[in-house]
Amino acid sequence: MNTSAPRKAFNLFRVINIAGPFLGLLLVLGLFSLDSEVRPYLYTGGNFKIILTQTVIVAVGALGMTMIIVSGGIDLSVGSAVALTSVLGATLLVRGYSTAATVVLTLLAGGLIGLVNGLVIAGFRMPPFIVTLGMMGVLRGSAKWLAGNQTVNIPSSAPLNHLMALASPTQLFPLPPGVWIAIGLAVVVSVVMRQTVFGRYIFAIGSNEATARLCGIRVPLQKVLIYALAGLLFGLAGLMQLSRLTQGDPTVAIGLELDIIAAVVIGGASLNGGTGSILGSMIGALIMAVLRNGSNQMGWQNFTQEIIIGIVIIIAVGLDLLRQSRMKT
Amino acid sequence: MAIFDELMDAATLIVPRLRMSAVRKSFGATRALKNVSFEVARGEVHVLIGENGAGKSTLMKILSGAHQPDAGAVELDGQPFVPANPLHARQSGVAMIYQELTLAPHLSVEENILLGEEPARCGWLNRSRRRQLAAQALAELHHQNIPLDAPVNSRSIAEQQIVEIARALIGQPKVVIMDEPTSSLTQADTENLFAIIGRLRKRGVSVIYISHFLEECQRIADRYTVLRDGESVATGDMAKASLPQIIQWMVGRAISEIYPRTPRQMGKPVLEWRALAGRSKPQAASLTLHEGEILGIAGLIGAGRTESLRACFGLDRIRGGVVLVRSSEATHRTPGQRLAGGMGLLSENRKAEGLMLNRSLADNLTLTRYGPLSRFGFIQNRRQRQAAQEWMDRLEVRAQDPGQSVNELSGGNQQKVALGRLLHHQASILLLDEPTRGIDVGSKAQIYKLMGQLAAQGKAIIFVSSYLPELLGICDTIGVMCRGVLSEVCPVAEWTENRIMAAAIGQSDPAAA
Repeated sequence: MNTSAPRKAFNLFRVINIAGPFLGLLLVLGLFSLDSEVRPYLYTGGNFKIILTQTVIVAVGALGMTMIIVSGGIDLSVGSAVALTSVLGATLLVRGYSTAATVVLTLLAGGLIGLVNGLVIAGFRMPPFIVTLGMMGVLRGSAKWLAGNQTVNIPSSAPLNHLMALASPTQLFPLPPGVWIAIGLAVVVSVVMRQTVFGRYIFAIGSNEATARLCGIRVPLQKVLIYALAGLLFGLAGLMQLSRLTQGDPTVAIGLELDIIAAVVIGGASLNGGTGSILGSMIGALIMAVLRNGSNQMGWQNFTQEIIIGIVIIIAVGLDLLRQSRMKT
Repeated sequence: MAIFDELMDAATLIVPRLRMSAVRKSFGATRALKNVSFEVARGEVHVLIGENGAGKSTLMKILSGAHQPDAGAVELDGQPFVPANPLHARQSGVAMIYQELTLAPHLSVEENILLGEEPARCGWLNRSRRRQLAAQALAELHHQNIPLDAPVNSRSIAEQQIVEIARALIGQPKVVIMDEPTSSLTQADTENLFAIIGRLRKRGVSVIYISHFLEECQRIADRYTVLRDGESVATGDMAKASLPQIIQWMVGRAISEIYPRTPRQMGKPVLEWRALAGRSKPQAASLTLHEGEILGIAGLIGAGRTESLRACFGLDRIRGGVVLVRSSEATHRTPGQRLAGGMGLLSENRKAEGLMLNRSLADNLTLTRYGPLSRFGFIQNRRQRQAAQEWMDRLEVRAQDPGQSVNELSGGNQQKVALGRLLHHQASILLLDEPTRGIDVGSKAQIYKLMGQLAAQGKAIIFVSSYLPELLGICDTIGVMCRGVLSEVCPVAEWTENRIMAAAIGQSDPAAA
């Protein structure tokens, strides 16, 4: 008995390690269903559709953020980047650009923002925290400037609005196209991170940058690529934000970067780099959305939600530390 | 054509695998390499010996492509060899194994072995091919037992080093350069490494081996080159060399006595452990340390020596036993209380724990005792610098200025700074954990001399070391730790290297071992 007990515990921890974020999601869903008044509303197809749609923006951002955090970096400018790209998209539409041209230009703008972040971080060897903190202000200011300090409304007939529109709101299907896009991209980014050399270099750089350099990996180039790719995804998140509000709002998505970082960390990534997974981050994003949705259903005030989400993040990171210390011994 | 090929083969047998001639390299005003020349033949194990700062690391960086030489020639198989970066050097057949392990801790064994050279098509990983290559590399080292899927940080240090070597073997290198590979290995793992080096040599791979352990060099090397102050001062066959001669070349002067003995007398007991036990190690450690005594603790890595010192100093929890300081019970104390009581600990890991690397010498030296340097709680820079300068002079620290950052110093000088902090603190009980690890012979001799002087002043020293000659050379008494249990502490005259080794591996009687 004595010899089998620690081995069992170790295996249990391995299971938690893999299934941790899933268990967290089930736990959150289970807690909200304790209330018999909320339960019938929570578990409807229509509500799940709302949850998924609310998840999309954080999820798409978390795809890029996962790459960045696994590589040992951080990006604090996401919220501002989303605001700027959504204002840009709206402005382009209002000025009569076609939907296709708007989409392409907005995505490129996102990629360009990421490229600048990456070039400054890799080129001058500056800490990503500082560079993107500065960028956060630059982009937010640019968004307000571009929008002339007010919202830019787009025509309600614009095709872009369908991206996040909830047709037949009481049923789960059809899901808005944005949800499918997010799921598809999650699969693509996950495969890139697991199956391509570029993806494995992201892990190598985050795990030990000096080693990566010794092994001939062109670390600066890889970093620029990571931030630029993530920027493209943040541009897409901006388009989704635009579609959801049907307007470009320069003050939108304040603090979004923290939601995204929280989703990635809840999903099992270490802020020190080297570990993390797309699947985990997606579940993390879902947990955040379920928490918000459930709190609304319970009729809790906004400040209660903020307190709860803050506590959840601390618990998630605490569990992660416990998990790692168990793995080592 | 056939004749031409044969001629070429004959030629490659004569042409040395690697030749450096009159290589020079300066950084600003510092001349790191003044004139270095040596040759390595195919299948030869060539050791580079020299103090820290003699230019070995600059030499390595030139061979690995991190730096380009200012003058002189480097040839690989008769062709000029000036690698532009580490990848280029590797592809040309020169692989490097660094002193500090350079693995990506979160990645698997397999991923680490092929890192940077993943078999891939259009950026798409070929996993089965990668697995095959990694397994092949481990098989060549006779270490198929290491699981390829395990995260590399879950393996032991020795296994991590095997992974590191396996990585160097990818791509059939012609020359493998090893920098202090045994500094973190146990005796058994060191033997294993030597066997691997033997197999590499049989395959015709040339090995350039850098080490401070002269006895070790003597065992495995065919030839040696001694570097001093950026110059190659001697080269020859290892079999014909004498150690005292090599040491003299290294330091440029004869060290008449590496292990000086100062006249000293043991006084009152100042520190006593009675069956000291920590969380998992030590299990039972008992000793009595007196004024003016240097008490050595020998043992294998992982035996619990470091843990004993840490528990005693209050860094780890004490689970059982009693600690007496100056004959009064003082078992559970914080490090702050220990320092206040005149005890000082020198960490075995000066980079991670012992020093604030990016702070100045002055800050590092005076950290634990600002009292005499400050007025009304404000530190007076002038007095701090003055105090630091005094210690730098006394300890012969080679640095420009007390304001210089510690990470610009060589390992030996860093260690002197770490030791200097204990002296500035006026500690009378010194717990020194591997104080001479990874530093050059000259600095070692200075540290031995200093320890002798301190003991003669009546200070009490516990000296943990894995290097038996130095323990036998400078200690008054020695105890051996094996699996968490400390043997009886006996006068040094009763110990021999064989007896210590036997006790360290758990054989009480050397005749039975």
